[in-house]
Amino acid sequence: MSDQATAAADALASGSDDYDDNKPARVRGIMADGRRRSLVSIITMTVLCVLWTVPTVGLLVTSMRDRNAQAETGWWTALWNGGWTFENYRGVFDKAEIGGALLNSVIVAIPATIIPIMFAAFAAYAFSFMDFRGKDLLFILIVAVMVVPIQVAFQPLLNMFGSNGLGISGQFIAVWILHTGFGMPLAIYTFRNYMATLPKTVIESAKIDGATHFQTFWRLIVPMSVPVIAAFAILQFLWVWNDLLIAKLFLATDNATVIVKLQGLLGAQGQGTELLPAGAFISMVIPMVVFFSMQRFFVRGLTSGAVKG
Amino acid sequence: VTAGTDRTVDVESPEPGEPTPPDEAQLRGDGGGPGSDPDAARWGKVLLGLVGMVLVGWFVWNACLSFAYHPEWYADSKVLIGVLALIVGVGGAFFFFYFLNMLVEGLPGRASRGFMPYAFMLPGFGLIALMLLYPTIQTINYSFANADATEYVGLENYRTTFASQDFRSAILNNVLWLIIVPAVTVFLGVIVAVLADKLSTKGEKISKSIIFLPMAISFVGASTIWLLVYQYDPANEPATGLLNAVWRGLGGDPQTWLQNSTLRLNSILMMVILIWLQVGFAMILLSSAIKGVPEDTIEAARIDGATEFQIFGRVVIPQIKGTIITVFITVVILVLKVFDVVYVLTDGRDKTQVIANLFFAKLFRDSQSGQASAIVVILLIAVTPVLIYQVRHFRKEELGR
Repeated sequence: MSDQATAAADALASGSDDYDDNKPARVRGIMADGRRRSLVSIITMTVLCVLWTVPTVGLLVTSMRDRNAQAETGWWTALWNGGWTFENYRGVFDKAEIGGALLNSVIVAIPATIIPIMFAAFAAYAFSFMDFRGKDLLFILIVAVMVVPIQVAFQPLLNMFGSNGLGISGQFIAVWILHTGFGMPLAIYTFRNYMATLPKTVIESAKIDGATHFQTFWRLIVPMSVPVIAAFAILQFLWVWNDLLIAKLFLATDNATVIVKLQGLLGAQGQGTELLPAGAFISMVIPMVVFFSMQRFFVRGLTSGAVKG
Repeated sequence: VTAGTDRTVDVESPEPGEPTPPDEAQLRGDGGGPGSDPDAARWGKVLLGLVGMVLVGWFVWNACLSFAYHPEWYADSKVLIGVLALIVGVGGAFFFFYFLNMLVEGLPGRASRGFMPYAFMLPGFGLIALMLLYPTIQTINYSFANADATEYVGLENYRTTFASQDFRSAILNNVLWLIIVPAVTVFLGVIVAVLADKLSTKGEKISKSIIFLPMAISFVGASTIWLLVYQYDPANEPATGLLNAVWRGLGGDPQTWLQNSTLRLNSILMMVILIWLQVGFAMILLSSAIKGVPEDTIEAARIDGATEFQIFGRVVIPQIKGTIITVFITVVILVLKVFDVVYVLTDGRDKTQVIANLFFAKLFRDSQSGQASAIVVILLIAVTPVLIYQVRHFRKEELGR
């Protein structure tokens, strides 16, 4: 699992207010604090934003041009050279069967996002609110395995999951287990760091009221941890959806995800190359929607949490 | 298989098992005698929990296998199977914990308290042991064995690997990736974070979203996007790739960018993709760090007559050093394992090989599992300094908590 998520989740959980429009305190530029508008910033940022967007716009425009237009003229000339069509999108669904691949991606991604959250939340609860022997050592183990490259797992696990072993290689369950396992260190790490900031008194009073750990976990800790759970869920979902290696190695052709399909299209020469941009764009739509819609939900959860805390 | 599971248990059990058995034995001796009613109820709970766990496990396992091997039971409908899989997977995880908790709660007082933390951690750690610890040991083991892991060959794999031109080239490229990508990403991240901070609220929000957007894009998707940018067309045809269009506009000849290894240009062009994907992540972290810098430290410097550059270099940067290091390390780890972009775009041709891609080629194209394992072990050794740093950093932070 990409370790960058650690830091991202940390930042999101610890209250970055980048997308927060409820706080008027940080109005910038000429507005509230009366500083002059910075021309350098405006120009540089505009240039950077254009540079950052142009490649994606290029993909989008190319995906909507026919085979000849794609091959013969640059996409930036599409306005006057034309060649517009939606055939590629139809073709991607008809010829490349990307619909089934999209569904496979959903089937892979949702359980692979939710199951690690459950497992990790329980472990993080134990780390945060229980005392036991070996606690520090086990947590350091978590920190350490976050860095281990997942490549170590392929050969041994292909053997274990393969037909001479458990016989689940190629099936969804294999990939769920893998993503759950690989996402686990990061999930435990971020959840525990967040739970460590929750007030201990709440747990104590629940205990006095006779609540078991199981009840305390579900009724108190999980609701209080929604921000960090949401943050991790976004990152894990993106990671699973966008993963190529695990899906390629552990899923049968029938169960291939949209990213594996896209990689197949990329390798194809000649016939069907005009479908590639459309396929790529389709593969990007769902993660982007999830990313931006969840983010807003997530910020709201975060600000309400901040008010209470 | 059995060997595998045994090993997993070995890794897992010494820790959790150690402190509890004496308690349990002692309490069982104490509580078992009277055979009173609450005791019976308690052991009933233990039994029910145990049976429940086994049943849940059995059910989930078989349900998943039936999705795979008997789709006709589900009207061959992918959607139905997907929904059921979701329910079985998530519900199964929930009920597994439910019964596990029931079992542990049923144990006598002290044993229950002693066991509870381990019970809560067991599924998570079990998977870590199965997916990461066991394979690591096994991979180290394989790295001393021959191509199909039937015989030990000593250090042969390491010798072959270090002697191969491909490997040396991969190492050199990985070092280049490591020098260039994290530094540029952090640098651009800081620039964007600082400049966006000076825009109006709306401008900041929009520009950050734009820079951040690629974070949602897969490496394969990003490679497709940039493949269009690097597209080559001969000089007698109009350019369809943006880079060649610009290059020809400046008077150059059309280039096959991804095959051009002069000064490792093709590798650098692939690094651009990774940087494009990562700057948003760097910016988000750095931006929240910069906003966290106390205003009065900046004011004080300003009153002392410091220029904006001096303020930034001497006041802001030292205060966000921790975040800069975090981002840097994170990108370093990512870059060490860089695979998708290279695999999809060049597959290591034209001097672009990297370690992770070489591993993949050895394992699946050449069927040299021994050498492939040796390569991963070398990669593992390469990440060890980062690992040690992470652990140290964590301990220091814990002390400050």
